[in-house]
Amino acid sequence: MKSRIVLFIVALLVWSLLNWVPDWQHLVVGIFIALFVAYMTGDLFVKRPHVLKHPLRYWYFLAYYLPVFLWECFKANVDVAYRVAHPRLPISPGIVKVKTNLKTDTGLTFLANSITLTPGTLCVDIDRDNGVLYVHWIDVKAKDVESATKIIVERFERILRRIFE
Amino acid sequence: MSSIIGLIFISLGLAFDFFGCLGLVRLPDVYNRLQAATKCVTIGTCSILFGTFLVVGFSAAGLKALLCIVFLVLTAPVAAHAIARGAHRAGVKLWKGSVVDKYAEDKEGEI
Repeated sequence: MKSRIVLFIVALLVWSLLNWVPDWQHLVVGIFIALFVAYMTGDLFVKRPHVLKHPLRYWYFLAYYLPVFLWECFKANVDVAYRVAHPRLPISPGIVKVKTNLKTDTGLTFLANSITLTPGTLCVDIDRDNGVLYVHWIDVKAKDVESATKIIVERFERILRRIFE
Repeated sequence: MSSIIGLIFISLGLAFDFFGCLGLVRLPDVYNRLQAATKCVTIGTCSILFGTFLVVGFSAAGLKALLCIVFLVLTAPVAAHAIARGAHRAGVKLWKGSVVDKYAEDKEGEI
């Protein structure tokens, strides 16, 4: 039920942003549509509603995760642009294996998305039972599991554990 | 003032998009091309959208551009995972200069 209420609020918010400037006709239609969406898919949206109540998690998300993510994202782009523009194409690609301690769906999703959008790495597959991610790396610096984990995963895992676990 | 900053963002985004497309042509195999396609094109397009938002301000188009940024950042990596995993499962080989493939070693018996 809590999940449905959260989804209703989010859907109404997205609807009113899509129909800016809001007036009452849009809002009435939006309330009906948001109710329908929340009724149909509500129980899939949030698995653990109690997480949404901690204000500290939002603070960590905005103050720690977003700046790190944006900076890494920018570095990733400069890095890829450099490799692509270089006449000799300096790449040595490969798929490495890294370990993670995160367990929840949201945490793993955010970790995989962050890995994909950061320098030189692209998440290929997740093995949830063993806590293993397979990561395609455009310039392999370390082949064994421990040192690859240290380079790729750690900087995000510390932050994401506080936000989503 | 904000429209000048917006134009700077739009031209940065165009440059990144250009490098993304260049990577799509120059890099050797599916996985490397996905790297260029996800990173450069995502941030390039986000940058263009953000520049649009700065130029037009808090109007209907500006808020839609902001929403598009959120959807793009959430969905582009997921599409990349799906394509990469599907390609590997379907037996697309890595480029011959690749160093290591732990995924193939671990999944050998399953397929």
